[in-house]
Amino acid sequence: MLSIAVSIAFTLVSGALLLSLWRLLRGPDKPDRILALDTLYINTIALLVLLGIHLSSSLYFEAALLIAMMGFVGTVALCKYLLRGDIIE
Amino acid sequence: MKLRLLPHPILTPVLALIWLLLVNSLSPGQILLGLILGWAIPVFTLRFWPERVRIHKPLTLMRFLAVVMYDILVANLAVAALILGGPKHVKPAFVRVPLALRTDLGISLLANTVSLTPGTVSAWLSPDRSHLVVHGLNVNDPDALIAEIKHRYEAPIKEVFEPC
Amino acid sequence: MLEMMLSVLIVVGALFTFIGSLGLARLGDFYTRLHGPTKATTLGVGALLIASVLYFSTRGEGLSLHEILVTLFLFITAPVSAHLLAKAALHLRVRSLAPPPLEAEDPSGGPRARTGD
Repeated sequence: MLSIAVSIAFTLVSGALLLSLWRLLRGPDKPDRILALDTLYINTIALLVLLGIHLSSSLYFEAALLIAMMGFVGTVALCKYLLRGDIIE
Repeated sequence: MKLRLLPHPILTPVLALIWLLLVNSLSPGQILLGLILGWAIPVFTLRFWPERVRIHKPLTLMRFLAVVMYDILVANLAVAALILGGPKHVKPAFVRVPLALRTDLGISLLANTVSLTPGTVSAWLSPDRSHLVVHGLNVNDPDALIAEIKHRYEAPIKEVFEPC
Repeated sequence: MLEMMLSVLIVVGALFTFIGSLGLARLGDFYTRLHGPTKATTLGVGALLIASVLYFSTRGEGLSLHEILVTLFLFITAPVSAHLLAKAALHLRVRSLAPPPLEAEDPSGGPRARTGD
């Protein structure tokens, strides 16, 4: 039962990744693309957590945590760039 | 002197707890290391946050957290229904929420709470901090939304972190 | 019983993640799209991480709570990035379905960034 649920969840999260990718490619504005990138990070975290459950391994937790941090820093840096035209002031 | 040695009494146990979660262990050594880190980090980063955080009414804080959790659940379902119902049915609007909060902590807590509950995102804070611009996904009555934000989130935050 | 609960949590979490991205792909303007990912984070990933905590804690190797850290981190960072994105979009005057607030035209208060327009 658990494996069926995990399979369904893999499908759904992969669909979410594809939808975010579509928005990333299509735009139309820069904030849209950054938002799509941010959503991709979050979907990737979901995918990694699922993979951890699927493989019964807690190794993927560190990867999820790192992606969460790097994704946040990346989003903030990109937004700063849009707001100021500069990242480090 | 006490203030120097332990500048943020709340931050220390929180940092220790985060350390224990990170190493995923409860051994005495890790608890000690967590407490040392929880003591050292606030002392060495004191210049970044000179003001002390005080929680005045822990019970109100607990109730506030419960309300926020409940709102996240309910609002999530509502927004999911809106998305599935199609983009034709949403009525987005910007509303201006006048702020009664004055401190950095209070305003950022309110903005984060508003963004966390789906259906509303805080978009902009006026430079004089007199109001917060909030974008709502489906706003039928802007005044009701403002009243709800003020009553449900702002009032408890003000009570807990900035009593007059 | 536990497996049942785990399965429900996993499917619900994945479903909300999917709906969040669906909103991102489907809704009309940037500001409404912004609501999708905030939701995906809070409930979708939250439910998945609770499932993960339950799963690893009941395998007999003791409590495993470190997934809470990811949840906590996401709960703190998601509103911040949403706020910054909305602010950047207001700054760039991204097309909006709702009339944008007038005084927020130049939210940074500084010189307008070069946007290539």
